[in-house]
Amino acid sequence: MSEPVLSVRELVVEIPTRHGLLKPVDGVNYEIAPGEILGVVGESGAGKSMTGNAVIGLLDRPARIASGEIYLKGERIDNLSLSELRRYRGKEIGMVFQDPLTSLNPLLPIGDQLTETIQEHLGVSSAEAERRAIHALEEVGIPAAAERIGSYPHEFSGGMRQRVVIALALCAEPSLVIADEPTTALDVSVQAQITALLKRLCRERGMAVMLVTHDMGVIAETADRVAVMYAGQLAELGDVRDVITAPRHPYTDGLMGSTPLASKGKKRLHQIPGSMPRLGNLPSGCAFHPRCPYTQDKCKTDLGPRLRDLDGRAACWFPLDGARAAKGVA
Amino acid sequence: MLAYIIRRVFQSFIVLLVVGLVAFSMFRFVGDPIDNMLGQERTQEDIERLRATLGLDQPFPVQYAKFLANAAQGNFGVSYRQGRPVATIIAERAPATLELALVSGTLALVVGIGLGVFTAIRRNGVASNVIMTTSLIGVSLPTFLIGILLIYIFSVSLGWLPSFGRGETTQIGGWSTGFLTASGLKALILPSITLGLYQMTLIMRLVRSEMLEVLRQDYIRFARARGLRERSVNFRHALKNTMVPVITVVGLQLGAIIAFAIITETVFQWPGVGLLFINAIQFVDIPVMAAYLMLISVMFVAINLIVDLLYFAIDPRLRIDGRHA
Repeated sequence: MSEPVLSVRELVVEIPTRHGLLKPVDGVNYEIAPGEILGVVGESGAGKSMTGNAVIGLLDRPARIASGEIYLKGERIDNLSLSELRRYRGKEIGMVFQDPLTSLNPLLPIGDQLTETIQEHLGVSSAEAERRAIHALEEVGIPAAAERIGSYPHEFSGGMRQRVVIALALCAEPSLVIADEPTTALDVSVQAQITALLKRLCRERGMAVMLVTHDMGVIAETADRVAVMYAGQLAELGDVRDVITAPRHPYTDGLMGSTPLASKGKKRLHQIPGSMPRLGNLPSGCAFHPRCPYTQDKCKTDLGPRLRDLDGRAACWFPLDGARAAKGVA
Repeated sequence: MLAYIIRRVFQSFIVLLVVGLVAFSMFRFVGDPIDNMLGQERTQEDIERLRATLGLDQPFPVQYAKFLANAAQGNFGVSYRQGRPVATIIAERAPATLELALVSGTLALVVGIGLGVFTAIRRNGVASNVIMTTSLIGVSLPTFLIGILLIYIFSVSLGWLPSFGRGETTQIGGWSTGFLTASGLKALILPSITLGLYQMTLIMRLVRSEMLEVLRQDYIRFARARGLRERSVNFRHALKNTMVPVITVVGLQLGAIIAFAIITETVFQWPGVGLLFINAIQFVDIPVMAAYLMLISVMFVAINLIVDLLYFAIDPRLRIDGRHA
């Protein structure tokens, strides 16, 4: 494996509140290689978006990175000042947001939004910036890009707008793209187009992509590796095929059981009992133990093991093997 | 677009007709001008004669129709008190009010928007909190009190600035300006602060709250995520979006600056149309009052129209021109 584009080590994000310190991201480790798509999956509030925001330095106050390190192409970026970080944003790290309807400035033509970003990072003439802007739009599949450059966001459909957002995120040719639920707000048919687009651009440019989503289906189709998050921690991390076909962590197993996949046929979908604990009210021991069908005494008292070394798959005291998963759930 | 403008102008015209009617009929109840115009030793004959000369013996609809017909030609009749055409009197007085309104309007806009943006961007800063607290004074103190306080401090105690009048003015054509002399400029300072302070603080608080709202939007996050400079994010992306809701209020407030210059002009004995109006009320000078009200309503209607057109200029979503995808 070549040098990873992004490497996150023991990342902890804290939010100080009146009721104490919350840790929406608690000791997360992962790496993304060039040309690789890492899917980050989990329920709402599992800390998956927070991880992405921490990488690009866009945490909303009072949330802050409490400890851990973030490296981009070997350079540490989590302790940069705002003005230093600004040069990475857009240039090295592109970000795609969830809702294309609200991510574009409604009062500026999309061409202007593209050229200002290109000129900011690449320092080219305005004619060259416009040429690149048209190229960026063509690359994401906007028809008649040269004519649409003066159009305003409201003149595009939702799917087209998300293409514009992707063009904007990629126009300065970043080496890492963080896509935060890029398809959630879109129609299913458009979803497939957008994920295919992301996948194609990732392969063509050799970008690293962090795809944050709660949709296992999108992960299964798009990602190379998957990180499953639960209550701010990594539950499982591994190749997407392995994780989907033979989950080791009981949570991943439950998640798979509750996802309709064509290969599984028409079995009744499984449901994980209960809901994810609130951050201020985490249970003792392993955060998942109250909902886990395989809980043992050790799980209730001992803090769940962390995925300290990146080769480990599941953060579980008693990881599943294929046989037990099959009879346990479903 | 053109059809829209024509429709709006037509609507404005109706509004003016109604305002004219209301103003005109209201004045029929403020007292009989004849009482003021003739002295104690008057005969019934004198009264009848004057009444006929002024056209006050005719039925109300006829009076109104005449008033409208004349007004449309810029003729508002003859002032009962001064015996000169109202149009001439107003033309003499207008420069004073317009210059005062221009200075205080500019002050209110520039300082108001500037401070609004500043307090929104540095929203937890010490300076912002001081400004926000101080601005409460501007919103809550009545205009006449501000004027009197300023006069007390800067004219009476410190003696730096004149307490009344326009100072020396220069005639340029039919326009008398105070911008060209030192005393004219000095005389403008206190009245324009007094007149513009309320609007300034109002605009500032409005810009601040709208801007804070805009800064929370996804496209601002996205602009930051693309590594744009803070200056570009704040001014190119946020401020323009802030202005859409702000324009309406600002437009009407600028109208209010001219319309409600009355109090400031009274406090500072500023020889403008506001003072003219106050004097006209005391003497039941109906033509002057009617002309003043008509002028103010024309102005408000015009401002409203301009505000609507500005929306089109700023917000592309309102331009319906068939280019939709």
